[in-house]
Amino acid sequence: MDAEITLRVNGAEHRLAVDTRTTLLDLLRERLGLTGAKKGCDHGQCGSCTVLLDGRRANACLALAVAHDGADLVTVEGLADGDELHPLQAAFIERDAFQCGYCTPGQLCAGVALLEEAEAEGVELTADEIRERMSGNICRCGAYPNIVAAIADVAS
Amino acid sequence: MRPFAYERAQDAAGAVAAAGDGARYLGGGTNLVDLMKLGVEAPSRLVDVARLPHAAIEETPGGGLRIGAAATMTEVANDPLVRERHPLLAEALLAGASRQLRNLATVGGNLLQRTRCSYFQDVTKPCNKRAAGTGCPAREGEHHNLAILGHSDACVATHPSDMAVALAAIEATVHVHGRDGERTVPVPGLHRLPGDDPSRDTVLESGDLITAIELPAPGPWSQRTVYRKVRERASFSFALVSVAAALDVEDGVVRDVRIALGGVAHVPWRAQRAEGALRGAPATEESFAAAADAELEGAEPLRDNAYKVPLARNVIVRTLLELC
Repeated sequence: MDAEITLRVNGAEHRLAVDTRTTLLDLLRERLGLTGAKKGCDHGQCGSCTVLLDGRRANACLALAVAHDGADLVTVEGLADGDELHPLQAAFIERDAFQCGYCTPGQLCAGVALLEEAEAEGVELTADEIRERMSGNICRCGAYPNIVAAIADVAS
Repeated sequence: MRPFAYERAQDAAGAVAAAGDGARYLGGGTNLVDLMKLGVEAPSRLVDVARLPHAAIEETPGGGLRIGAAATMTEVANDPLVRERHPLLAEALLAGASRQLRNLATVGGNLLQRTRCSYFQDVTKPCNKRAAGTGCPAREGEHHNLAILGHSDACVATHPSDMAVALAAIEATVHVHGRDGERTVPVPGLHRLPGDDPSRDTVLESGDLITAIELPAPGPWSQRTVYRKVRERASFSFALVSVAAALDVEDGVVRDVRIALGGVAHVPWRAQRAEGALRGAPATEESFAAAADAELEGAEPLRDNAYKVPLARNVIVRTLLELC
């Protein structure tokens, strides 16, 4: 069954007819060609589909598109300002915070949200605090030490 | 996934009216959508209640708090009133899931999430909870993370919520809008033991919608609290055993105590035997250990989860010692 929805994705407005079964993740990847957000487990356990949904990080694989009519989404494709990388993207390169890269879009979106949350909540981002707040993003290559270091760099 | 109709409810009465046979309420969807992908749930209609005007967190006249069921876990965990009056609830919420999931998941849905027993989630396997009368392979199979208390021949599943464990200690009240109007259900009391009908996790009836969670006014006990969760990794994992504890000690004697356990039963397990043994007792490690033993005397561990008995005992003792 189809429904008409409107979404703002990385600043661009889209009006779409979607099957009610469509998740935000499938919509981004299959309808809008935004393949940055990855389908890892597809069950909310790995975090590779993390996007910013109305300014907050969310697992796009468990969010039905029809339930988020009118939402404002930012994906990894929307983090940079033109050719200028987001500071966290630059820090990931500087710190070599990835190996295969599959989880990286989710790590970046989660990390960007984390930095904003910590500022809003007045939380000091120690390494332990970063690890706890990034626990929804799994990295099977085990790049965690460098991911934590990259986030800490931007936080300080 | 089976095709389904989608409807966004405008108010509680409209949601209840729309929730006919084969319908499910949709909150954040973090458990329901997952179960739909797995084929465990196949609703013909989703009634979206995530945007009902039920997300406010307000003071009640008696000094308690009323939390709208559509509030997200993150909103409740970060709310200044919740943190001030019932820090145990905030702590338990932050111990559950990940930030991404907590941003989506509603507190109403959190209470109604289903067990993560692997047989329940696998439609190729028998499961009395999912398909009545098919059997419980977990009893003899993979059950290292399942129940040690209150289970039955039909089901050894555990309730996965951390929040519900805190609410059982706090003695919250759930506001429900049903087909016959509004009523309240106490926690503990919302969730039920499996008995011979594990298909029912709670006492709620078809069409019932949780609209709010009410917390009592804080007391001396509610400011000395800890939620301690033991899991297989440091974060983002369900509890093997968790303890929500509140302790009020005066002159070395336990005046009031509340202990609820997670990860051990089909319900958030209020440890009433342990509490009874502790009221009026000296606040010492010996008393705490004796109380924990009294509670766990009734444990019936399975082949591979007997470790949970000493684990629960030790976590209870350590948690109470922390609160002294």
